[in-house]
Amino acid sequence: MAAQPLMRIEHLVKHFHVRLGAFGERAATVHALDDVNFDIFEGETLSLVGESGCGKSTTGFTLLNLHRATEGKVIYQGKNIVELDEKAMRPYRRQLQIVFQDPYSTLNPRMTIGEAVGEPILFHKLATKAELKDRIATLLADVGLPPRFASRYPHELSGGQRQRVAIARALACQPKFIVCDEAISALDVSVQAQIINLLLDLQQKYGLTYLFIAHDLAVVRHISDRVGVMYLGRLAELATREELFEHPLHPYTKALLSAVPEADPAHERSRKRQILQGDVPSPLSPPAGCRFHTRCPIAMKVCGKVVPEWREARPGHMVACHAVTEGLPG
Amino acid sequence: MMMAKPIRPEPPAKTGERLLDVKGLTIEIETRNGPATIVDGIDLHVDKGETLGIVGESGCGKSLTMLSMMRLLPNKIKVTKGEANFAGRDLQKMSNSELRKVRGGEVGFIFQDPMTSLNPVMRIGQQLAEPLIYHRGMSKAEARKRAGELLRLVGIPGAEDRLDAYPHELSGGMRQRVMIAIGLACNPQLLIADEPTTALDVTIQAQIVDLVKDLRDKLGMSVVWITHDLALIAGLVDRINVLYAGTVVEDAPVDALFANPSHPYTQGLLASIPKLSDERSTRLSSIGGTPPEPGRRPKGCPFAPRCPLAETICHERVPALEGLSHGGAHRVACFVAQRKLEAA
Repeated sequence: MAAQPLMRIEHLVKHFHVRLGAFGERAATVHALDDVNFDIFEGETLSLVGESGCGKSTTGFTLLNLHRATEGKVIYQGKNIVELDEKAMRPYRRQLQIVFQDPYSTLNPRMTIGEAVGEPILFHKLATKAELKDRIATLLADVGLPPRFASRYPHELSGGQRQRVAIARALACQPKFIVCDEAISALDVSVQAQIINLLLDLQQKYGLTYLFIAHDLAVVRHISDRVGVMYLGRLAELATREELFEHPLHPYTKALLSAVPEADPAHERSRKRQILQGDVPSPLSPPAGCRFHTRCPIAMKVCGKVVPEWREARPGHMVACHAVTEGLPG
Repeated sequence: MMMAKPIRPEPPAKTGERLLDVKGLTIEIETRNGPATIVDGIDLHVDKGETLGIVGESGCGKSLTMLSMMRLLPNKIKVTKGEANFAGRDLQKMSNSELRKVRGGEVGFIFQDPMTSLNPVMRIGQQLAEPLIYHRGMSKAEARKRAGELLRLVGIPGAEDRLDAYPHELSGGMRQRVMIAIGLACNPQLLIADEPTTALDVTIQAQIVDLVKDLRDKLGMSVVWITHDLALIAGLVDRINVLYAGTVVEDAPVDALFANPSHPYTQGLLASIPKLSDERSTRLSSIGGTPPEPGRRPKGCPFAPRCPLAETICHERVPALEGLSHGGAHRVACFVAQRKLEAA
């Protein structure tokens, strides 16, 4: 892992303005992301986990400038890319790719696989028309599909094969960085394992950096170098995979980990889960102070008033929690 | 008879008495190229007080099997052979009016997606009261009282106040609790839960699993839990049936299945779950290929084309589900596994 970050995310904020009520008479703001800070290092897999609505996908979209950031910076190659317009963004688009959850809706049903994979190559002028066919065949081979698939249509493929095509399409631009937004969540377990292996192989082969957005903690534990836990638009904790799974500090991380089922009947029957009470509050009016304090088993008075500082609790282990901060020396 | 309190405080006794017994059930779908088999002569059973997990990947026929028993199959999909006996009566031969008494009465259902299973323009309380009025002949007032009790039973805070809420006013986890409450409304003998937590977050998922476990022990019902997630049901079920391409390939008590998975497909499924002890970037073992499509079923064992152990016989004949251990509690449909046992 290089010391220089590939991408630096500083105070990233994303608010969506929505209109509520039957006639849209009430304006409201969805606090999707609030003051998110982290670095992504070259060649690593950084995962973001959290429950639906926690802002993990919004983070992926916003840092690729697919959503316009409300505030904050995303520094990539010395440039704050979230303030670039579409045209200035274009050279970066090639290097920054994304793979979505649902390969059924992301592939054009009227384009052959070859056309779908070839499109970004032609757009970014990465190959001549004469070279195109070979390039497509190489990409398909990279994702484990035979060259004859180039003439097929998406409906002829299984879900796993389509996800391979979506990955080939992302690879077509020779990217440095790929956001995998729940890229394996819709797949069956046995196929999921194939795609995870493929992603790891491609990372080694091309030195790719991944931002892996997922809710399956077992998968995240398997593939990540570092893991960030999000809750209601804020990062709660970020640490290396070992550190986070062995020594979680934030009470939300602890609850999340205790809910993950293990494939071991005796262990499952005897385990005591730490069940969180209640539901996630609405991002339309997030609680003041620490956003987790309404469900936190160890909440203190200060938690409902002051937003906990995002700080390093142990080397490389970031956390935002008053209780953790208090327990620290100094 | 109406009961406000749990009927049986002690955990259910496993009597070995069959509550549900499905034999040779075959389901076909009509396609442009003629009928194609989706479920191929499936046998499965649930004893009284037992919790059965049905595990398989998408398209393996796990949901259709359960829907077919209640004759809830969509058009173009039909049961062509076999029987499904519930408490000694064949559900396939029942008249519609008899069957209506079973559905939602003796057998409760929880479906995957509460957003599409709940009526969006009906208040929660009315939806809960409906089966009580229909099956139990309660008055509106009685049904409303019972509906409030049911919401409390499934852990909805401020239960009585929530009776007048519409589904869209509740969160996903709360809606799924309402679905469970409806499934339980008439004290069913059997609760069929079809991927009830798949759409939910992991912390809510854990709440729902614990809730069903708790209610099962209180109410003494049998449960069939359909899922694709082996780890999820490890601590919940007594026995697991692994389905592949519309057949049961392995049937075993839960501990035996995890300790000694015997069908190559079960082994593959278990191996493809990432483990706590794995080093990062160790390759996950995966099963190559994809399940057969309906209409393109292989001649022999349906798993043979993907099976690392397949032999000539596997491509020619379909293995029967046969007992492995003494007493035959652990059964597997695999020529290779059966021969290994004989050799040992």
